Amino acid sequence: MSDYMIEKIKFGILSPDEIRKMSVVQIISKDLFDDDGVPLKNSIMDPRLGVIEPGQRCEICGNTMRECPGHFGRLELARPVIHVGFVRHIHEILRATCRNCGRFKVPSSYIERYGDPEKAVEEIYRIYTKMKKRWPLLAKRLANTLKKEAMKVSQCPFCGAKQYKIRLEKPTSFFEESEEGNLKLTPIDIRQRLERVPDKDLEIMGYDPKEARPEWMIITVLPIPPLTIRPSIILETGARAEDDLTHKLADIVRANEKLKEALETGAPNIIVEDAWELLQYHITTYFDSETPGVPVAKQRYGRPLKGLVQRLKGKEGRFRGNLSGKRVDFSSRTVISPDPYLSINEVGVPVDVAKILTVPERVTPWNVERLREYVINGPFKWPGANYVITPDGRRLDLRFVKDRKALAQELGPGWIVERHLDNGDIVLFNRQPSLHRMSIMGHIVRVLPGRAFRLHLAVCPPYNADFDGDEMNLHVPQNEEARTEARVLMLVQKQILSPRYGGPIIGGIQDYISGAYVLSSKTTLLTKEEVIDLLSAAGYIGPIPEPAVLSPKRYWTGKQIISMFLPEDFNYRGAAKVSSGKLACNDYECFWDSYIVVKKGKLLLGVLDKKAIGSQEPESLYHFLVREYGDEVGREFIDKVFRIFIKVLEKRGFTMTLEDISLPNEAKAEIKRLLNESFEKVHELINRYRSGELEPEPGRTLEETLEIKIMEDVLRNAREMSGEIAVKYMDLFNNVFIMARTGARGSTLNITQMAATLGQQSIRGARISRGFRDRYTAHFKPGDLGAKARGFVENSFVEGLTPTEMFFHAAGGREGLVDTAVRTSQSGYMQRRLINALQDLYVEYDLSVRSIEGSMVQIIYGEDGIDPMKGIHEKSVDIDRLIERVAGHRL
Amino acid sequence: MSETKSRKSKSSKSQSASYSFDIFKHELVPKHEIVPIDEAVEILKRLGVKPEDLPWIRASDPAVRAIGGKPGDIIRVIRKSPTAGEVVVYRYVIPG
Repeated sequence: MSDYMIEKIKFGILSPDEIRKMSVVQIISKDLFDDDGVPLKNSIMDPRLGVIEPGQRCEICGNTMRECPGHFGRLELARPVIHVGFVRHIHEILRATCRNCGRFKVPSSYIERYGDPEKAVEEIYRIYTKMKKRWPLLAKRLANTLKKEAMKVSQCPFCGAKQYKIRLEKPTSFFEESEEGNLKLTPIDIRQRLERVPDKDLEIMGYDPKEARPEWMIITVLPIPPLTIRPSIILETGARAEDDLTHKLADIVRANEKLKEALETGAPNIIVEDAWELLQYHITTYFDSETPGVPVAKQRYGRPLKGLVQRLKGKEGRFRGNLSGKRVDFSSRTVISPDPYLSINEVGVPVDVAKILTVPERVTPWNVERLREYVINGPFKWPGANYVITPDGRRLDLRFVKDRKALAQELGPGWIVERHLDNGDIVLFNRQPSLHRMSIMGHIVRVLPGRAFRLHLAVCPPYNADFDGDEMNLHVPQNEEARTEARVLMLVQKQILSPRYGGPIIGGIQDYISGAYVLSSKTTLLTKEEVIDLLSAAGYIGPIPEPAVLSPKRYWTGKQIISMFLPEDFNYRGAAKVSSGKLACNDYECFWDSYIVVKKGKLLLGVLDKKAIGSQEPESLYHFLVREYGDEVGREFIDKVFRIFIKVLEKRGFTMTLEDISLPNEAKAEIKRLLNESFEKVHELINRYRSGELEPEPGRTLEETLEIKIMEDVLRNAREMSGEIAVKYMDLFNNVFIMARTGARGSTLNITQMAATLGQQSIRGARISRGFRDRYTAHFKPGDLGAKARGFVENSFVEGLTPTEMFFHAAGGREGLVDTAVRTSQSGYMQRRLINALQDLYVEYDLSVRSIEGSMVQIIYGEDGIDPMKGIHEKSVDIDRLIERVAGHRL
Repeated sequence: MSETKSRKSKSSKSQSASYSFDIFKHELVPKHEIVPIDEAVEILKRLGVKPEDLPWIRASDPAVRAIGGKPGDIIRVIRKSPTAGEVVVYRYVIPG
């Protein structure tokens, strides 16, 4: 056997001759089965169309069911019918050619140039064929413009016949609009016209007459597809259910029979036309059951039938559903759950899963003993094996092997054992939607009891995972090449830096940030016991450094502990997240300890928070650590230091109480006063509006001006100021406030809404105004424009909302929900289109971006040749950082 | 094919009088220049592509018209870039 390469694929239209040639059966009978239920010959269930029962041999090719590909039959139509897929082309050719002589209606400008129409066609043909070889895309454009221009010509340049407008009535009727009125063109008329068009004229319109003569777009013989593509299903009851296509074909045969009968008996024209129309309908819906302008073909119980087009089209169609996307073996899916004791590189796999997923391992002298052990354990005991492949290629299912011990003894080089998934294996882990490359990463297996996949919390951001019921997929690579690729390219630690913005996408989140802050705070002093506790959480073995405080007692600072895990020559400076408001600092002389200074690997000043170790924080301490010392150091930092952060919180306790968000009475009074002042101001504005004193702003109506003034000047201000009051009264080391300040979770806005006031609720950026006429609910007077009547919620979540306030809040909240729902579907579709357009582009070794055909998209990637993962956020070289690294400070 | 092309470019040129101002004075319009043929051959060789594999630019593009580029020419565009200083890219002029 020799190998062939597919060089190209050319699509054409089957001609009636070809259809007859490839057909093995002519369909005559409209019944499918005889009285005993045996398929009839010359029906659409003719056994010659394909073998359906196992063991039987094909009458045509002699193969059994597995090998026989099935054979086409044909149905000779009593009258020709239009193919829906080609109506557009038929319409265009009819309009671009003469109704009388069938010649291409050369536009006058070409005739002027070349003398006579015959010469023009000749000349255009010569240019067109040349162009097609060199610039096929350009040739296509030329053909299309020619066709468009020819459609406008109203008199044939060849025979001089007057041309009429041809109207297409969707889906398949054509009318010619002459002076005498509209005339319906039958498929027979159309076919005659199309037959008259010469090959050369077709070619300059962009058709290939060898593969697609236009008259073949009118069906005279219908190919009947083999049974193999429309198999019948035997139901449990023993009854047979036929495929949709078979049903449709039966309809077509019946309609054809009726038409034939009408023609033979010489029935009146109306009856013939009705029968013809029906045949057209059935054939149309056989191709595309969702053709616009035609009632959807329905199965008996009201289920719409699937036409040929429906088999191919859309998400579950042949292309997207079966060819670009397939179901795979060696994969698994369950709920995910967090496990802070795993490495970020690991994934916890339930034993039940590990006993089903297998890895093929070749037997060698070095692993026989281990593999024998697996075989003896068998498929039901982990770590075991499910299959053994003998040197002659037989596959033994260990479930049915009686004596596994004996089989284990037989193992030797040449055998392959499909062993259970084991600790240390590499797998691919994925969460949908897979929007970027970090959606599928390589993880090292850790087999654990339980039923959920477990993962480290720091890998939640790249997957965008949480644990409210999320499920994830796991795939086991089956060969060495795939495993190596997964290990070298896809392992989690290789993905710490995101190519999207060049910062770490894996980093501190939530409790890690709170813990880092608490540990690195100035107030944290640790006893020896505590230090030992923390260091052992990181798995540290070695000496403890000198304590920072010797008297009255030996105390270590949290910064000392963190410094133990920083590289010795690491320098860094930068403001912390907590450096804002009155705690703001912009150099190292910081009273509030909110400016981080790391010199020679020692954290000297500043607290660690989101700006230093957070995920999705470019140019942070952690970012520079990973970029300058590599992913291995970055991984170690997470696996060790982050565990200390959690331990700190465990020892200290970190929670949230009602007290954290309750304010003292004087604060409440202050806020009340502020809000009342604001309401007063709103009132004043409304009065000025009513009395006509209010001046409209340029480009705005009076009403708009009033609304803007109320919204922006008064009410937004009210919430911000009451938030400031609330924060003013809050303890700096209040846990809720720590979380907001460090960026661990929540914001000052959230605290304001809980403690002080919910503020203005809005829909589409405006105050809530719809509902009853001139008022939102019946609780307000019509026309009341005051703050409370238009959605200002005075109370906080702690105080509790009044019923009307609750409704305003629900209305505002609903908008957010609707927005996210709409946004995800829209951005998902945009993403799909973008990826379809860009997926085949690649970066060549000369750094140019090229398409698969070799054409250039960018002369140099990104026009600067920089890998965003390795470069600096939006810069090519960061001189400042280079100086800082060496000198220990910025210029 | 040259005939059809010249016809098209003629008609497009006649209806578009050249602008009364210099479009290259605008800060967002990068510098365009026609690459001389011998230089163009060398560039194509260095990039390892055929002329039509370069990104296309229409002959009717205002910048191409301003410098008098014709279909088949290769145009050099020099753009300013915040990361790379100056970026030199090439375009292949197509009719239209």
